[in-house]
Amino acid sequence: MTKYAYYPGCSGLGTSQEYDSSTRAVCRALGVELVDIPDWSCCGSTPAHTVDHLLSSALAARNLALAENLDATALITPCPSCLTNLKVAVHRMSDREFRLQVNKLLDKPVDRSTPVKSVLQVLAEDVGPDAVAEMLPNKPLAGLKLAPYYGCIMNRPPEVMQFDDHENPMAMDKLMAALGAEVLPFPLKVECCGASYGVARKDIVAKLSGKLLEAAEDLGAHAVVTACPLCQMNLDLRQGQAGASAGRKFQMPVFYYTQLLGLALGVPQSKLGLSKLCVNPRLALDAMHAAQAEQREREAKSEADKQTLKAKAA
Amino acid sequence: MEVVDIHASCDHEFIAQVEAESEQKVRLCYQCGNCTAGCPYTFAYDIPVSQVMRLLQAGQKERLLSCKSIWLCATCESCTTRCPNEIDVARIMDVLRHMARREGYVSERNVKVFWDTFLDSVEKHGRVFEMGLLATYVAKTGRFWTDMDLGPKILPKGKLSFKPHEIQGKDKVAEIFKRFRETQQ
Repeated sequence: MTKYAYYPGCSGLGTSQEYDSSTRAVCRALGVELVDIPDWSCCGSTPAHTVDHLLSSALAARNLALAENLDATALITPCPSCLTNLKVAVHRMSDREFRLQVNKLLDKPVDRSTPVKSVLQVLAEDVGPDAVAEMLPNKPLAGLKLAPYYGCIMNRPPEVMQFDDHENPMAMDKLMAALGAEVLPFPLKVECCGASYGVARKDIVAKLSGKLLEAAEDLGAHAVVTACPLCQMNLDLRQGQAGASAGRKFQMPVFYYTQLLGLALGVPQSKLGLSKLCVNPRLALDAMHAAQAEQREREAKSEADKQTLKAKAA
Repeated sequence: MEVVDIHASCDHEFIAQVEAESEQKVRLCYQCGNCTAGCPYTFAYDIPVSQVMRLLQAGQKERLLSCKSIWLCATCESCTTRCPNEIDVARIMDVLRHMARREGYVSERNVKVFWDTFLDSVEKHGRVFEMGLLATYVAKTGRFWTDMDLGPKILPKGKLSFKPHEIQGKDKVAEIFKRFRETQQ
């Protein structure tokens, strides 16, 4: 089994703990071995790179150096913000001079160039939607209409992120389709939700997240599915503020894609953390169950019609 | 229309400095406007990003370092990804705020306070302490009523810890900050 060095990111210990716990459970269920990076520290996130790029890369690089001891295939993280900082650090440190500067700030220098990937990339490429679909022949999420939202930095800029299409990513679409869900052509897949401005400028987040929720609702989505803790928080926790900005009252559950994968794979509720979401996920799951019941009824009726025709013909 | 007398006010040294720190060639911008067309933040900016690029070509240091836009760019990478001349525009925006910080310009104080408080938390604990970050931000800005509506939604979920997640190597993280400051002197 391939072993990955796992970097949960700070929000995984707090506001996005259901993302962390569902990620771990889904990886276990799909045979992806995660080894936590011992004593990992914050990557610096957005605030560090707005101060200085050397500081930002050094904060990320401390974790790259710690991961070297684990002899793992790659360092992987669920959080796109951590992913960006770690990947940008690796990218810039390919310049020898810059690497020397970064290493001067560290206790333990970075020796190797560890590949960094998102957990989504590993699940989409190393496991793959076909293998997931094969495990779930009954399509447990049939009838669930999803707006897939990747956030702005999972795939951008493409030279650094090197994953999927930067305007129309499909990795999460394909994984959700493998569960039987109906994945809608969401036009704002990579538009920014307002990122980390929620606290200092919530008017900005309310407006940008409001646009996203409007688009999802207008498409007829039962829920939004996302891969980013910050996007999830802006769309879910701040949904009331986004609604006030858009002049609508939204009731749109916002799942992490790992929660839906876990739900389909039969991961225990305690690991899925659906009760940690703010907008009640029942709204979407009830709609899914109703659609499944309708489908069963349609199939039963068409079967009955066939029998009647057969009987008449006989 | 605003007229800028480039001959009188162009700061060539400023352009060279931005080019060196961002590793980008500012003169490559031919003002197609693709960056502004895709920028989700234009509605909140005082200067749209394509005009930031033009003012940069014209060496308008004071105008740029004192503008709000450089503090509101979220580095969503839309501009960088879509620039036909492969200019890393988001990196230039980042570099402009680095310079603004160093030279004491702050046009979006709350944004700066939030980022600084975040980094203080990392320096102190090794990982960011979300509750502590919010409490300190509110104390520093006096914005006691902001987001009061969110408390009843998030607190019952039991996700926010009231204690920081200290790591063993927090001194090592603090050392990174200390050594970084030494390089800046």
